[in-house]
Amino acid sequence: MSRIGALIARETTLAWGRGGGPLVAVGFYAGVATFLPLAIGPEPERLRAIAPGAAWVALALASLLSLERMFERDYEDGALDLLALSPTPLEITCLIKCVGQWLATGAPLALAAPIAAIALGASPSLAPMIFACALMGGIAFSFMGGIGAALSLGARRGGLLTAVIVLPLFVPPVIFGGGALDAFANGLPWTSGFAFLGAYAASAVALGPLAMAAACRNALS
Amino acid sequence: MSWAPAFLSNPERFMAFSRWAAPMFGVIAGLLAVAGLYLGFTAPEDYQQGQTVRIMFIHVPAAQMSMFAYLCLAIASFLALIFRHTLADAAAQAAAPIGAAFTFLALVTGSFWGRPMWGTWWEWDGRLTSVLVMFLLYIAYIALRASMDDEQKAARAAAILALVGSINLPIIHFSVEWWNSIHQGTSLFRKDGPSMPPVFWVPLLLMALAYMSAFGSLWLVGIRGELWRRRAEAAALRVARG
Repeated sequence: MSRIGALIARETTLAWGRGGGPLVAVGFYAGVATFLPLAIGPEPERLRAIAPGAAWVALALASLLSLERMFERDYEDGALDLLALSPTPLEITCLIKCVGQWLATGAPLALAAPIAAIALGASPSLAPMIFACALMGGIAFSFMGGIGAALSLGARRGGLLTAVIVLPLFVPPVIFGGGALDAFANGLPWTSGFAFLGAYAASAVALGPLAMAAACRNALS
Repeated sequence: MSWAPAFLSNPERFMAFSRWAAPMFGVIAGLLAVAGLYLGFTAPEDYQQGQTVRIMFIHVPAAQMSMFAYLCLAIASFLALIFRHTLADAAAQAAAPIGAAFTFLALVTGSFWGRPMWGTWWEWDGRLTSVLVMFLLYIAYIALRASMDDEQKAARAAAILALVGSINLPIIHFSVEWWNSIHQGTSLFRKDGPSMPPVFWVPLLLMALAYMSAFGSLWLVGIRGELWRRRAEAAALRVARG
């Protein structure tokens, strides 16, 4: 158990420190949220209509940012070889890496998401819902993203490749989360979208580490 | 179908089989396509869709093949991943660009049909979107394979991606259907028989078979090419080593 505790501490610290950690993700997120009114126009009614959805899409994009370094750093300095040799199954290690990733980017982004949505004109009463969706969606994003990051180990231009691999896999959480937010904002039943988002996140947690570990073993072979 | 991989898993036997099977499927595809297109273009206009109904004969089989090719890609990837079989890997590699091409054809022809019928080139509808996402998955597969120098690692990473994608595709399909759908329901393969008259479903069926044969032929050619390329590389290595 202490081994796993040490691993969690290591991954979270690394994820926080890794190339700026949450600051870069939140900064990127704020940048995208600023761009939207500049491109779409500052009319409040137009912005208000798209605010929750725009905040949600920007969140998915921001969570792509730090994926590149998730496995690559350990792969380059040999730490991934040691982790693969350790008695902790590589699947568990990958799971912990994703949890670290989520703590370092998903959770801070979830705090930033309601602020960005309100700044874009969403009603403040939406804030708890946006926060909950972002927290839940962040789990799905970091686990699906981890698969992309592990698969592109050893590839040329790994960062861009990760995005190309991961974006189609982000479609269901983006739809479910966006649908739940939209329904909630319009006073419609929102629980089904939110439940589907949770189900997707749960299955990503269950199945993602298997794919990530297989991809890491392949890269190390 | 279960005997085919076992029988063809020997590359020599595969080469001997595909040498005549690939052109044969090609000829069958050509004949079926000529018959299907002839019947399709002589069929009467649809009372609602008018002339545009003819796009269906190109579009629907392409959409079917885009899914079928992904199924082939996933099965071949699975076999390549479990048995580490070179032929299965070559089959997966060859299926991806063909599948992407069929998907692209389905998207383009669907767009041409949507312009007069729905009034837009592109409608953010459930089925269209899930085909678009499938196209993106094909692109991701091809990009992943292309961006790794070590071919064996690329092959296994791409196989994992193909399987992750095959688990995700039904979810993606469900999610976009949940999101929005105005697309026509399925009208050819239904329990109570096709919901269209024979003048339409006969050419449609011929075209579907033509596409299937064309895919078979192109796939075999693609696998053959891939095997020849690997042989040539191995031979070049042998020469270089003296």
